[in-house]
Amino acid sequence: MTVITKQDVNPTAHLTPEDVEQIGVELDAIRQDVLDARGEKDAAYIRKVVDVQRKLELGSRAVLLGSALPPLWVLGTLGLSVAKILENMEIGHNVMHGQWDWMRDPKIHSTTWEWDNASTAEGWKHSHNEVHHTYTNIVGKDNDLGYGIMRIDEDQRWHPFHLGQPLWNFINACFFEYGIAAYDLELGKNLSIPKEKRSEKFKSDLAKTLRKIRQQATKDYVVHPALGLPFGATLPILTANFTANLVRNLWSHSVIMCGHFPEGVETFERKSIPEDETRGQWYLRQMLGSANISGSKAMHLMTGNLSHQIEHHLFPDLPSSRYAEIAPRVEALFDKYELNYHEAPLPKQVLSAWHRVVRLSLPNGFLATTTPKNLPAQAKLLWAMSTKGPKVRRAAQARLVQLEKRQKAEKAAV
Amino acid sequence: MTSPALYGPSGGTRRGGLRQRLRRLADAAVTPLDLDDVLDVFHPLRGGLGDTGLRGRIVEVRPETADSATVVLKPSKDWAGHVPGQYVRVGVDVDGVRLWRTYSLTHGPRRDGCLSITVKAIPGGVVSGYLVRRARAGQMVQLAQAEGDFVLPDPLPAKLLLVTAGSGITPVIGMLRNLFSRATTPATDITLVHVNVNEDSAIFRDELRAHAAAGHLTLVERYDDRDGMLDVDSLSTIVPDLDERLAYACGPAGLLDALEAHHAARGLDLTTERFRTPLLEASGEGGSLTLATTGVTVDAAGDTPLLDVAEAAGALMPSGCRIGVCFGCVLPLREGVVRDLRNGQVTVATPGDGVAIQTCISAAAGPCTIDR
Ligand SMILES: Cc1cc2nc3c(=O)[nH]c(=O)nc-3n(C[C@H](O)[C@H](O)[C@H](O)COP(=O)(O)OP(=O)(O)OC[C@H]3O[C@@H](n4cnc5c(N)ncnc54)[C@H](O)[C@@H]3O)c2cc1C
Repeated sequence: MTVITKQDVNPTAHLTPEDVEQIGVELDAIRQDVLDARGEKDAAYIRKVVDVQRKLELGSRAVLLGSALPPLWVLGTLGLSVAKILENMEIGHNVMHGQWDWMRDPKIHSTTWEWDNASTAEGWKHSHNEVHHTYTNIVGKDNDLGYGIMRIDEDQRWHPFHLGQPLWNFINACFFEYGIAAYDLELGKNLSIPKEKRSEKFKSDLAKTLRKIRQQATKDYVVHPALGLPFGATLPILTANFTANLVRNLWSHSVIMCGHFPEGVETFERKSIPEDETRGQWYLRQMLGSANISGSKAMHLMTGNLSHQIEHHLFPDLPSSRYAEIAPRVEALFDKYELNYHEAPLPKQVLSAWHRVVRLSLPNGFLATTTPKNLPAQAKLLWAMSTKGPKVRRAAQARLVQLEKRQKAEKAAV
Repeated sequence: MTSPALYGPSGGTRRGGLRQRLRRLADAAVTPLDLDDVLDVFHPLRGGLGDTGLRGRIVEVRPETADSATVVLKPSKDWAGHVPGQYVRVGVDVDGVRLWRTYSLTHGPRRDGCLSITVKAIPGGVVSGYLVRRARAGQMVQLAQAEGDFVLPDPLPAKLLLVTAGSGITPVIGMLRNLFSRATTPATDITLVHVNVNEDSAIFRDELRAHAAAGHLTLVERYDDRDGMLDVDSLSTIVPDLDERLAYACGPAGLLDALEAHHAARGLDLTTERFRTPLLEASGEGGSLTLATTGVTVDAAGDTPLLDVAEAAGALMPSGCRIGVCFGCVLPLREGVVRDLRNGQVTVATPGDGVAIQTCISAAAGPCTIDR
């Protein structure tokens, strides 16, 4: 996508400033309705999910003691994967957002929660709740746009490094929890600073994260395999835990990619966001910058209701269990103001997000201007762009974009 | 955590050490949870959790009058016991929100290990209304250990005067039940003046009459609808040997204030228990409250304690009696102006001051930031 202010037709051009503020008023009303209704049922829901998750995890780990038998390995691994996903998505992510703080239960509270993940709750709350949710999809401000290792927007400048991004993305998906931890620490940026100049905060955060990683790894790869020793299940437990972590990582990576990466989700230019962005303007940015996944109740639960990414970004602190209920009202508001409510089934969104990752691994316009006939010439061009320095790259890039425009115009004329 | 000191001197440390190592292993197996989080799923009332994990399960809710009920609770194993007359803080989930209130214990130590409190539903009362009308057996509540100085001296005096009004009977019935459940009835001469709006609303009326009939005490029932409001100056007529009696009183602020003045004038001792501290009426314009750790800022009315404001904003606040007595809610005020809701006294903190304030009786009198 291109930041909305540089598109041929800005998707918000038809809205007057009054419309934008009215959208804010109407969304605030939806929010208030949930706040008014929130109560015993919601509290019972999250306690139930926590209860089920804990029993499922314990049960699965018990089954894995017998995982020398392959069917039990499969059953235990499946259960543990589901338990880990629930813990991260429907419970951890949402509790840390403060969605359940209103219950005033210190056991289910954003300030006390720690999750089964390599990144610390503290680091995650900063990079996710503060940075990503505030500066959603602003190129150069929201690091979730490619996590600092990928080009996810036409307006992020292409570099030969990006040719590898489909691979980076896949590796990141497999080890997503460590990716998140590194990302929360801004590891790349901080490691490029000479050791003696790194901030105290970074050093202490790094120490905390390493301790967390050690504890997590000790649990899954030392303690539980050791408990399996008397049952001859050490190795199967090790592989089961590794698999469960992998499944959880792949799943959460996919869900999160679907939230903001699918084609058609809008991004924003830093300088187009006013200093004093109004509530209506902020809401509008969240509306256009997120995508939903359609599907069954079970799918919503397993995504931590991030399948309702649009609703979540509008109201990050409302209980996740309420998103499904308000979704029709939010969608009606999109229709009323002629905005695109971006929703599709999981496979479609995942594919679309991957398409974007692959497309943008190449220079802008490259894929569109490549035909079987000009393939050799294009390959040569890409080689030149990758090896010959920034000047050549810029010139070639400009030509590509122009060519793409011309082709588009010709097509339109026909 | 179980401290190794609990074990005998011989080999105690080694056993304690092994226990601790097993415990560490268990914690490592469930991190980032700890073993207690897991055991909570199966046995929430077990012991060894310390005071922060104290809980109770409602065993029975028994109506007393039209708007009051006794709630019987089975506490965690960690319950440390109480002296009759003391109170317990109870955390109740009302409409999903945990609210803490204080209730007097209405009995002595019980053989079944249960606790009982008796609650009067006050008009518009969130927790009292819930406990009297909606609470059901099987539900869990949070508890704190018993506290309070409203207890009888040991040894008992020869003569006692107990003055109670309305739900103010609750700590006193605890004392009486304890005294009369002993094998030998104490020799103390007890007079109880029990004031109520009318006969129907008198909690424990029949039980008290039975005690009177058994000769345990002299019961003076006063009903506003029949006798008019009690004038404390007439007390010496109602209780002729007033000056010889050690006095305890519990009831509404108006009665207690009058009694205190009355007893002070006669040079007599009086111990009171207040369920509520008279707060200033609408005091000032209010301001805002910022919670330093989360950066959350909310409006704070001039007549609402900062504790309530912060809790309504979802913060986990330390709290205690909620009437300005126990100092369980004290937090540093980083910056701002607060007004003491009891007397209007203003406290100002400039950055760096960190003045400790009682959040339960302090309201904002401007923008305030607290360390939370
Ligand atoms: C040491 C101590 C012991 C107590 N023991 C008992 C007891 O044994 N039995 C019992 O029923 N209560 C007892 N209370 C009072 C109890 O803690 C609550 O304050 C009471 O139940 C009201 O809570 P609520 O949530 O229902 O009212 P809220 O919803 O908090 O208040 C509703 C309205 O009532 C007013 N209000 C608050 N508290 C009182 C009060 N005590 N009297 C009159 N109006 C009030 C409020 O200002 C508000 O306008 C005790 C209090 C203390 C401090």
